[in-house]
Amino acid sequence: MLSIDFRQIGIVAGKEFWDRIRNRWVLAVSIVFTVFALVIAYFGAAQQGAVGFRSIDVTIASLVSLVIYLIPLIALILGFDAIVGERERGSLDLLLTLPITRKELILGKYTGLAGALAFSTIAGFGAVGVILSPSLSLNALFHYAGFMASAILLGFAFLSLAVMLSVFAADRTRASGLAIGTWFFFVLVFDLLILGALVVTAGEYGGAVFPYLLLLNPADVFRILNVFSLDEVRTLYGLATVFPEALSNPATLGGVMLAWIVAPLAVAIWRFER
Amino acid sequence: MASTIVEARGVTKDFGTIQAVKGVDLSIAPGELFGLIGHNGAGKSTLFKMMLGLIPVTSGTIHLDGEPITGPRFRETRRKIGYLPENVVLYDNLTGLETLYFFADLKAVPRRDCAGLLDKVGLAEAAGRRVREYSKGMRQRLGFAQALLGTPRLLFLDEPTTGLDPGAIRDFYRILRELRDEGVTMVLTSHILAEIQERVDRLAIMEGGQIRATGSVQALREAMNLPLTLEIAGGAGLREQVARALEGLAIEGILDVGGVLHIRLAREAKMPALTRLATLGDTLRDLHVREPSLEDVFFGYRN
Repeated sequence: MLSIDFRQIGIVAGKEFWDRIRNRWVLAVSIVFTVFALVIAYFGAAQQGAVGFRSIDVTIASLVSLVIYLIPLIALILGFDAIVGERERGSLDLLLTLPITRKELILGKYTGLAGALAFSTIAGFGAVGVILSPSLSLNALFHYAGFMASAILLGFAFLSLAVMLSVFAADRTRASGLAIGTWFFFVLVFDLLILGALVVTAGEYGGAVFPYLLLLNPADVFRILNVFSLDEVRTLYGLATVFPEALSNPATLGGVMLAWIVAPLAVAIWRFER
Repeated sequence: MASTIVEARGVTKDFGTIQAVKGVDLSIAPGELFGLIGHNGAGKSTLFKMMLGLIPVTSGTIHLDGEPITGPRFRETRRKIGYLPENVVLYDNLTGLETLYFFADLKAVPRRDCAGLLDKVGLAEAAGRRVREYSKGMRQRLGFAQALLGTPRLLFLDEPTTGLDPGAIRDFYRILRELRDEGVTMVLTSHILAEIQERVDRLAIMEGGQIRATGSVQALREAMNLPLTLEIAGGAGLREQVARALEGLAIEGILDVGGVLHIRLAREAKMPALTRLATLGDTLRDLHVREPSLEDVFFGYRN
């Protein structure tokens, strides 16, 4: 087994990260996050006839819904051509003749892209946190920071899936199709399938398995992580009442999210090295 | 120093049921400029990629400077290698200098060497421009500079002059000659046989996944025993006088091309023919002995 040279990973990661800074990708995504978060914080309750910041719990509940759609999409778009793009352009062969292993190349790509995604998330949502901070207690700030951390983990998980698809796909077109399909499946279809199965069986079968099935979707793990950390939000979700206490531990859910980050990346490395 | 810098033994490569490379043996000595030619699908790209460690061999071994390219010492081995792909695709958003910095970092080459390399390939003026603004030829030259990072002992050049104008091609081969003088070994592929026939020390002709012949261009010509062409210009009645002088020699044909006689004759008839033609005196204005081209040799081996 070949040793890992972290310097090589750092060089590739640095290039990927600075590419996203230079082409203003990080700036654009940060602005999107900031604008959406501000709009939700100040106008989230407009339907109830109220305008202005209400509470961090309600704001986070609204942001969770937004982030579940937005971050997986951004992460998949960011990572779908990480490997297949290099292969299609012809630069992959050149890179692989250098003193770098395939594992280091993937890890470098992933680290750089993950850094860009994390930076955008922190800058975008962090700016809103700073704006709201005069109205927030220390506890509220802690919850908001937790929301940001879980959003970063969600991004990492979908980025990991994107890199895996990028290794398996034959060309960029197919990779982009797979990325879109993955987004549809995890963000739109997965929960519908589970709910549909529950309704069809009138809850007689699989009711106990249902909470565990949610762990098979990183978007749901993110949702549960945030739901269970906030009292006010928990009451907004009937889901919370059926979720077993043992699984609602943030450390357990964080561990599941980490597995969602590591497993696709490990598969990607395994496939790329073959 | 090893007596060979590239050593392939019994190398085969299977893609499913198709055997792209069939038991290739190849030795390249240090300091050689070695050509690898063959039509599309002959297996040269596959062999090239196996030598670079981009695809694994199905069976057989390849050693570069005594080490397997994918072995535990692969980093040291790869630092000795430079590679210029056929279609150089570098990063559009980086400048020429930044591109070299990136590859230099990966090869653990000091960044201070990069500016000099850009100067060497004639890109000093464009060092600060984004690669997206480069012409195809400039990209090729930047790719060449990248291949030269770290003063490699072994250069792999895949169709290296694609996109270069005649002046740049001349400069390119001038640099190759300088590198050869410094002891750098070069393996290159090209479809432009006329371009490499005077420039490589030895070459291998690949056909159907096998090496059909290896040697210098002259050695391959002689081995094939292809006829020579004498090109003779002269005064009135030249054709009749020449035909009479060469009577009895192994002449394969005489053609009049714009007043210049093209006489194809067997290689062993060259000296007797020249001796007899010398007796024609002022009737001859000019005479060239034209060896068969590499293209003739190549098609000779294919047929």
